Amino acid sequence: MIGAFASWAEFAAMGSYGAFVWGSFGIAATVLAGVWLQSARALKQAEAALAELDDRARNRP
Amino acid sequence: MKRLDWFANPTRFLKLARAVQPWAGWVALAAGVSGLYFALFASPADYQQGESVRIMYVHVPSAWMALFCYTALAAASAVALIWKHPLADLAGKATAPIGAAFTFLALVTGSLWGKPMWGTWWVWDARLTSVLVLLFLYFGYIALNGAFDDPTRGARASAVLALVGFINVPIIKFSVDWWNTLHQPASIIRAGGPAVHSSMLVPLLLMALAFKAYYVWILIIRLRAEIAAGKLRAARLKDAARSGA
Repeated sequence: MIGAFASWAEFAAMGSYGAFVWGSFGIAATVLAGVWLQSARALKQAEAALAELDDRARNRP
Repeated sequence: MKRLDWFANPTRFLKLARAVQPWAGWVALAAGVSGLYFALFASPADYQQGESVRIMYVHVPSAWMALFCYTALAAASAVALIWKHPLADLAGKATAPIGAAFTFLALVTGSLWGKPMWGTWWVWDARLTSVLVLLFLYFGYIALNGAFDDPTRGARASAVLALVGFINVPIIKFSVDWWNTLHQPASIIRAGGPAVHSSMLVPLLLMALAFKAYYVWILIIRLRAEIAAGKLRAARLKDAARSGA
């Protein structure tokens, strides 16, 4: 026994519900990772633009 | 309102947010990894549903978060409309896409669970339809928020929509009691305590904690981005005024 399953093959098959179970968790992981990446990118861009603006203000004669 | 005022100061908030952000991220990761271990691997199959019951561990926390995020969105909108705290507007704007993502996941994983268990991807019953309405409320909020050149007008209009749409939250919660539906009634948050064995309750609560921590983590990232974008807008307006003069 490994976990609740008799073999790794049964773990992968999920009692013939494999596509539904793995599909659910796969879509959740993809969407949550996507929201994270998009949010982190927005923060990085905004902070970079702000830093550039600050630099320009400081170097103004 | 003194206490709320204290938090509404963006500088103080940013300091607090930067301190909390890594903790929220690590809690989400730790609870998520251990939750997945139990959910997919160690917990038993259901005597009726077999291995398909494992979909519950992603479906139910997603649905909880869909309602939690909308409640947070409505609360932030109320604070923004009544007390005009600038951070409340941003909190609503930052919450909406996260709530929409969780609502989408609740619908898709529900569909993937419904096909093998009910024999259909979708039925137009009270629970499923009201959750679909919730998704459209999130979309409406996001669209309305961004529909004006002046961000304060967009924030105000979308906050009103969020408050009106809040009526849908109790409808979703009680839809399984009020109407005949394929969807099962509540088995965790109900009178008499949870009706689920601890071997299934533990992974469910771990996944719920992971999703809650993920929400806090992403909310802080999005809020920091919104605050930075606001500063950027103000600085550019000042620049434009200077070069115009």
